[in-house]
Amino acid sequence: MSFLINNFFALTASGLVLGAVYGLIALGYTLVYGVLRLINFAHSEVWMWGSFAAVWSMTAVGATSGRGIGATAAFLLLALVAAMLVSGGIALTVERVAYRRLRRLNAPPLIALISAIGASFVLSEIIGLRDRIAGWFGLDSALAKYVGGARDNTRFPNPLETSTAFSVGDYNVTNIDILVLVSAIVMMVTLDQFIRRSRLGRGIRAVAQDSESAALMGVNKDRVVQITFFLGGIMAGAASLLYLMRIGVTKYNAGFLLGVKAFTAAVLGGIGNVRGALLGGFVLGLAENYGSALIGTQWKDVVAFLLLVVILLFRPTGLLGESLGRSRA
Amino acid sequence: MRPIIKLGVPLVAAALALTACGGTSGGTAAAGSTSGGSSKTCDLKIGFFGALTGDAANLGQNIQNGVKLAVDQYNAKNADCKVAVQPYDSQGDPAVAPGLAKSAIDNKSVVGIVGPAFSGESKAADPLFNEAGLVTITPSATNPALSTNGWKTFFRVLGNDASQGPAAAKYISDTLKASKVAVVDDASEYGKGLADIVKSSLGAKVTTTDTVQTGQTDFSPTVTKIKSSGVTAVFYGGYYAEAGLLKKQMTDAGVTATLVVGDGVKDDGFIKAAGDKAAEGTIMTCPCLPADKAGGTFFADYKAAYNAEPATYSAEGFDAAKVMLDGISEGKTSRADLLAYVASYDKPGVTKTLKFDAKGEPSQVTIWAYKVTGAKIVPDQEIK
Repeated sequence: MSFLINNFFALTASGLVLGAVYGLIALGYTLVYGVLRLINFAHSEVWMWGSFAAVWSMTAVGATSGRGIGATAAFLLLALVAAMLVSGGIALTVERVAYRRLRRLNAPPLIALISAIGASFVLSEIIGLRDRIAGWFGLDSALAKYVGGARDNTRFPNPLETSTAFSVGDYNVTNIDILVLVSAIVMMVTLDQFIRRSRLGRGIRAVAQDSESAALMGVNKDRVVQITFFLGGIMAGAASLLYLMRIGVTKYNAGFLLGVKAFTAAVLGGIGNVRGALLGGFVLGLAENYGSALIGTQWKDVVAFLLLVVILLFRPTGLLGESLGRSRA
Repeated sequence: MRPIIKLGVPLVAAALALTACGGTSGGTAAAGSTSGGSSKTCDLKIGFFGALTGDAANLGQNIQNGVKLAVDQYNAKNADCKVAVQPYDSQGDPAVAPGLAKSAIDNKSVVGIVGPAFSGESKAADPLFNEAGLVTITPSATNPALSTNGWKTFFRVLGNDASQGPAAAKYISDTLKASKVAVVDDASEYGKGLADIVKSSLGAKVTTTDTVQTGQTDFSPTVTKIKSSGVTAVFYGGYYAEAGLLKKQMTDAGVTATLVVGDGVKDDGFIKAAGDKAAEGTIMTCPCLPADKAGGTFFADYKAAYNAEPATYSAEGFDAAKVMLDGISEGKTSRADLLAYVASYDKPGVTKTLKFDAKGEPSQVTIWAYKVTGAKIVPDQEIK
C-alpha cells in the first residue's frame, strides 16, 4: 500500500501511456461494433501488420537515432504513414474477404465471428512464416533483413532516442511518454469530431442507428462500412507506431494479448462508443498498474478483469454506455 | 433431463477429443525400423525434444544444430547404417509436451531422446519416458528437482540450478559487491526455481521481489518497483524474450542497477529485444563452457557446418547425442540396452567428462559468467 502511494505518479503516468495505446486499438473494435454489431476479432492482426509496416519502412530507409530533429520527424512521419496505410489496407481487405459476402447473405453474427478468427490466424501466420513465403520465390536471402527470424522478436529501429523530459519525484517522464499520450488524445479527439461533424461521420451514425432507413435516405451502406473499417485500421496503425516507440519490438503473435486488452477497454468504456474507448483504455491501464502495485505484478490481469466484471455488473453497457449512433452532433 | 444433457454434451465431446488424440499419436509407429536379414539394426532415430518454434525457439534450434552435427559425423563414418534426427517441437510449452512424448514413445525406431530442453516440459514429459523406458539426456534443463523423482531414464549433461543459483548469487555479492538486490522471475518452472535458489543464497540482501508473466511486454510496475527500491543489482529468472524487454524498460526509466540473468537468457535474442545500448553490461550465468573452449574439433566443425559460431548449449546437445551414438555403434540398439549403456557411460565429451551419478546428474560441473560487451555475449570468468 505504501508502495502505491510513494510511487503514485510513476504508476499513473506509465498506466496512462499504456492505456492510450489500448484506447487507440479499442477504437477499431468499437467502430465496427457500433456500425455492424459484430466484433472484428481480426483487428489485433490489423494492428500487428501496421507494426511491421513501421519496422520495415524504417529498415528500408535505414533510420537511426540522433540525426537531428528534422530527420527524426521525417522518419517518424514516414513510419506513421506506412503503418496507417498498411493497417487501413489490411482492415479493408479483411472486410472485403471475411465479411462482405457473409453480410450480403445475412449470415448470423456467429458465422462472421468464426470468419474473423480465421482471418486473424491467416494474417498472423503469414507474418510468422514470412521467411518461408519469401523462400517460395527464392527471395529469402535477398530479403533477409525483413523476413529473417520470422517467429522471433523484430526490433524497431527507433529514430527517436528516449530521453528524459522532466522528472516528477522518482519518475522520469520521457519524451516518448509525452509523445504517445499527446498523439493518442489528439487522434482520438479528431476521430470523435470527424464522426460528430463531418458528412461521412453523419453517414456512419445513420447506418449505426438504422441501416435500412439510412439506405433509403441514399446512404451507400457498403461505402460506410468500408470507411468504418478503414478508420479503425488507421487508428490501429497509429497505435502500432506508438507502441513500438515505447516497447521497441513486435512479433507475429504480439497482437493477441494486446487485442484482448484493447477489446476489454472497448467493453469497459461501452462498446460502440468512441469516447468510451479512450476512457476504457485509460481505466484499464491504470487498473493494471495500481493492481500490480497493491497485490503483485503477477496479479495485474486478475485485477483488470475483476474490475471489468464489477463494472459490467453495475453498468452492463460499460462506463459511458452509449452507442455510436446516438452520439448526435 | 436438461441437466443431464448439459453435463453429457461436454463429456461426450471430451471423450471424442481424447480418442481422436489417441488415434493420431498411435499412427506414426515404427516407420521401417529394421533392415531385412542383416544383424545390424539400422535407420534408428534419435529424437530431439524442445522448442523449435515459439518464443524461445532460438535455444532449441541451437541445441538441435549440435545434435545434428553429431549425427552427421556418425553417418559419415557409418554410411551403410545411418541414424536420423527426429524433431519433436514442443514450443517450450509444458501443455504440449505429454502428447509429443507419447508420439515419440510410439515411434519404435526412436531409441533415445535428446531433451526435453526446458524444465517445465521435462517435468511434464519425463514421467512418460520413464514409464516407457526411453532414455532421455537433456542438454539444457536445469531445474534441480528433475533428478529427484526417481526417473530411471533421466540424465543431464550440465550442472543444475542448485549450482547455477549459488554461483549467480556469489557473482552478485562478490564481483558486483551489491548489498541490495531485487529478484524477479517469470513464474515458469525454470525461472521461478532458479530465482528462488538465488533468493535463498543471497538471504537478507534481497530487498525486493516481483513476478512477471511470460508473454508480457510492458513491465512498468516492475520497473517502478526496482527503481524505487534503489537496488544495485537485479536478478531475473526466465527466458530471453521477456528479459530483453525488461532490460530496455529499466534503462529507459533510468535504472542503473546491473542485470544478472541465468542461462535461459543467454541468447542473442536478448540483445535484439533490449537494443544494443540497453543490453550492454548484462551478466549471464550458464553451466555451459564458452564455445571456443569446447574440446576436440567441435568449434571448427560447427562453424563449417552452420556458418555460425556454436551458441548456448550447442556443445551440450552435441555431447548428449554423442553418448547415444556411441551406444548405437556398439550395438546397443534396443531401448533397454541403450538406457543401461548411458547409465554406465564414462568418456570425455567436448564439454566435460561425461559420467552420470545414480540420479542422472553429471559428475563434473562448471559455471561461467558471461557479459554483454559491444552487443555480443562474451565469456567473463568462471565462477568457482
